[in-house]
Amino acid sequence: MEAIKMTGIVKCFGRVRANDGIDFTVNEQEIHCLLGENGTGKSTLMNILFGLYHQDEGEIFIHGKKAAISNPNDAYELGIGMVHQHFMLVNQLTVLENIIMGKEPGGLFLNKKKCEEQVSGLVEKFGFKINLQEKVENLSVGMRQRVEILKTLYRGADIVILDEPTAVLTPQEVDELFKILRQLKKDGKTIVFITHKLNETMALSDRITVLRKGKVVCRCNTSETDEKELAAKMVGRSVETVITKKGQIRGGVVMELKNVRLLKKAQETVSLTVHAGEILGIAGVDGNGQQELEALIIGNKKMKEGSLLINGTEARKMSVKERKKLGIGYIPSDRHKNAMIADFSIAENFLLGYQDKPQYNSHGFINYANLRKDAQEQADRFETKLAGLDQPIGQLSGGNQQKIILGRETSHDPSFMLVAQPVRGLDIGAIEKVHRTLLELKEQGKAILLISAELSDIMNLSDRIAVLYEGRVSALFENGEYTKEEIGLFMTGKSAGGKNS
Amino acid sequence: MKKWEQMSELKKSLAAIGIAILVGALFILLSGESPIEAYGALLKGALGSPKSIANTISKSIPLAFTGLAVALGSRCGMLNIGAEGQLHAGAMAAVLTALSLSAFPEPIVLIVSIIAGILAGMIVGGIPGFFKARLNTNEVIVAIMLNYICTLFTSWLVNGPVKSDGSTAQTEVLPEGVWLGRLIPQTQLTTALFILIAAAVLMYIFLWKTSVGYQLRAVGANPSAAGTAGIRVKTYMIMAMVLSGGLAALAGITEVFGKYHRFIEGFSPSFGFTGIAVAILGRNHPAGVLLTALLFGIMDMGALRMSRVTDVSTNMVTVVQSLVILLVAAPELIKWNKKRKRG
Amino acid sequence: MADINNFLALMLQLSVPIVLGALCGTIAERGGIILLGVEGLMLIGAFAGVAGSFFTGSAFAGAVISVLAGAFAGWLYALFCLKWKAQQSVVGVGINLFASGITAVMLKAIWHTEGMSDSVEAFSSFTVPGLSKIPVIGALFYEQSPYLYLMILITAAAWILFYRTKYGLRYRAIGDQPYAVQTCGVPVNRYRYIAMMASGAIAGLAGSYLSLAQNNLFVTDMVAGRGFMGLAANIFGGWNPIGSLGAGMVFAVAQATRFYLTDFEIPSQIVQMLPYVVTLLILLFVGKRVKGPEALGKLVD
Repeated sequence: MEAIKMTGIVKCFGRVRANDGIDFTVNEQEIHCLLGENGTGKSTLMNILFGLYHQDEGEIFIHGKKAAISNPNDAYELGIGMVHQHFMLVNQLTVLENIIMGKEPGGLFLNKKKCEEQVSGLVEKFGFKINLQEKVENLSVGMRQRVEILKTLYRGADIVILDEPTAVLTPQEVDELFKILRQLKKDGKTIVFITHKLNETMALSDRITVLRKGKVVCRCNTSETDEKELAAKMVGRSVETVITKKGQIRGGVVMELKNVRLLKKAQETVSLTVHAGEILGIAGVDGNGQQELEALIIGNKKMKEGSLLINGTEARKMSVKERKKLGIGYIPSDRHKNAMIADFSIAENFLLGYQDKPQYNSHGFINYANLRKDAQEQADRFETKLAGLDQPIGQLSGGNQQKIILGRETSHDPSFMLVAQPVRGLDIGAIEKVHRTLLELKEQGKAILLISAELSDIMNLSDRIAVLYEGRVSALFENGEYTKEEIGLFMTGKSAGGKNS
Repeated sequence: MKKWEQMSELKKSLAAIGIAILVGALFILLSGESPIEAYGALLKGALGSPKSIANTISKSIPLAFTGLAVALGSRCGMLNIGAEGQLHAGAMAAVLTALSLSAFPEPIVLIVSIIAGILAGMIVGGIPGFFKARLNTNEVIVAIMLNYICTLFTSWLVNGPVKSDGSTAQTEVLPEGVWLGRLIPQTQLTTALFILIAAAVLMYIFLWKTSVGYQLRAVGANPSAAGTAGIRVKTYMIMAMVLSGGLAALAGITEVFGKYHRFIEGFSPSFGFTGIAVAILGRNHPAGVLLTALLFGIMDMGALRMSRVTDVSTNMVTVVQSLVILLVAAPELIKWNKKRKRG
Repeated sequence: MADINNFLALMLQLSVPIVLGALCGTIAERGGIILLGVEGLMLIGAFAGVAGSFFTGSAFAGAVISVLAGAFAGWLYALFCLKWKAQQSVVGVGINLFASGITAVMLKAIWHTEGMSDSVEAFSSFTVPGLSKIPVIGALFYEQSPYLYLMILITAAAWILFYRTKYGLRYRAIGDQPYAVQTCGVPVNRYRYIAMMASGAIAGLAGSYLSLAQNNLFVTDMVAGRGFMGLAANIFGGWNPIGSLGAGMVFAVAQATRFYLTDFEIPSQIVQMLPYVVTLLILLFVGKRVKGPEALGKLVD
């Protein structure tokens, strides 16, 4: 019997067809992985199933019965629960209060005892270790996820959807989660697991559906496939990989980070150096200190200990402005939040961060002539598609936005480039352009720190690689010294032993 | 692209005005009067003669100043709801300065007084900015408190320490030499008009031609990106409120130096709050603010005649103005109306 | 002793509109809606009360009409904030201005005068003979109106609803993380509409207190800042019904004091300024710890 059957699902956002005629079935009591790269429509499909979006076309059957799901309540009625990527918890309330929210036992008045009895029964049954009276804001990420799972179980879900649940977890927490999921399966639950990670898919699932560009490209049993085949399906055509040239002579140290604590709970501090003419790649699972590293270097977060030297100048106590003056070019991981102003024109965005440069600032007035000349020049250099420099940047595609930002950040001759998740959400053409640009910059002798969640990018572009794990560097080595699998181990906390360079 | 967007903004503003006037007509009908007669009287009262036109412009000047003040704050993401307090503080500081400097040449006294008034407005405006920047307290709440503190404090001054003889709560009259000169005899229109135009032009140049103005707008449009670009977000928040307070103060200063020639308790029929409407309808752009202020001036001036000729209260104008605020503030509502018109 | 009771009685009389205004703020803002329009809602209530009493000849009917008018205005307010997604602070300013205008227009349409309505049937204050002589507590029974007891009742009911019932739990959660609550299957906007109507109803009641209990007629702009004072009290009281009650009392003390200062040198304006100055100082010194609902102004679809 099929627990879930979705046929011909179409969902458009504006001109984008996020789901383009998807057929998706999940058998009862199986763990089913919905695999695909970012932006392939996995979450959209599941949000339709959970009643947060409504499909433009297509039908849904739950346990063989046709279902109209117009809101999460309908989904819960049908026994469908979802754990979102961004947790949907009220931090100010306790675990118990979060679990019962919206489906409190008893009448008008809250009966704390009764609530607790019901929930603790569940907690024991599935072997969760959690304090119901703790406030959610005091919980670790892994614990919060358990609260989310408990929420769905409390609502009587027999189909549990998890959206990229491991993105924020440490390897140990991932193991715990897998244990819980297997236990749930044993108890008769059906699990849909959304992910873009191949190893997890192989380790956990019974069956797999792979999505690409809003379409199903593969359905198979896990036992009949392997990572290589799945990877090929996920990516589609083989991407023309841009690979770094070895053997370039490294210059002097441009950026030096000494004894900096990335995460509060981290036991060790981090020290890194980046030389002129090299790319230092930072690998690691998201949430192991990458964002903190980025914020600490650029100065969006105060550096409480350690030191940061840019071209030999101590920048620890400097403001963002002063640091940028030392020659930092910055491509932030969150483009919309930190790199651009959507309502401003392309020209005005090109000025962002460089409004004090003498060529753009004559006695306090903006020199629009110079600004437009340079902006146009960079836009042309990166082959950016735009209607004109007065067009609001928010109207451009992500790739073209990133090209404008790259043009801006590289046009002031920075000696050090801080580049974080530069290809996230970009189309393949733009990805190649970004990669080529980074290598060109390196050849020009810039020092580049590249933070990326895509290990293949790190391996293709970097001269040296540092792996972040729980806020510390678990390994630091010359690119080529270790295989992808070995680096994968470092990403789970194994250290590189004696070969550490 | 940009032009097209501005057109649609303009259309939205016009639609809001149109709907507000229609709803106003409905209220007039409900109270048993003829909307055509009432609005006709309003237009004739506001624009019927050169003198009435001059008075209409003079009515719009304080609204334009508070409108500019609110618009400047909004450009930096700060809602300056405290213009009322700032203009009271500014007017009082300017009047007290002028009264205490009687020994000096009058043009100097006028300039020093205006500066003193602007400074007072800036201080009052800067406080909510400081609270927002340093403590992350909602600037609206702090500004509301300051409105009361300023109006009560100035009320105490004109009822006590600086009260002139007689029963009215007002200060001594200012020396004639510091009055703002009349442009047209027997009207209220004074050289305040030139100060206003200068302020609007300067504000435009500041916001769109200077580096500091650019940074101020960047903070308003995306504080996080502005911070990452090395712009001191908190400093700009305070700066915007300080400048906004200075502009608001000019509303009070030009009123007392141009029309009343002394500080009188309750001289402002909530110019500060109406300024919010002016700024919103004017899309936080100096030119839009001036036009909107003129429109509101026409309503205020014409309302006097409307209430004489018909039995409609002058407050009908307030109703229409408030409807304009609500309609412009609700983007979805205008969309909804468009849909209905099409369908 | 009698003096103290007189003072406390006066303070209680003055506290009613401020506390009710503060409760409006608490109820709306706990669910994440910025309610700057209390002032306007109260004014609408004050007018509706007098108009109702004028046409029905009954003060009680007037009060009921004021509550209904307030609830209706609250619903409109919510439409703007929730359905049409207007910036909430701006809607507040708009509602205040609208109320000020529309009540004056209606005043002229009904009574053909500017500024002040005719006198209408109103509530008279009463004194409970024995109880009013008890020191301190007696103030509760000296020259009070039914509104005082209603105010205490509403405060208690709001507190119980917020902290003891499941709807309160959900509603408080909405003010902090509306999306989270929405995904639990709670219809967030329905809760917010209901809360806005309740806020409006209470504001209407507060308005009718001004026009039908403290006075027996409507005067333009007669709310005179009590709505904003209520909002300040709500913040002062930490977005909590009991806190609002307490903070409203503090503001009322400052108001009451001015009637007793005629013999002294302290001017009444300065005394009236004090609660605002105190609130500012509180914000200044404990600013970061005064934490309102996290999702103030945030909407869900």
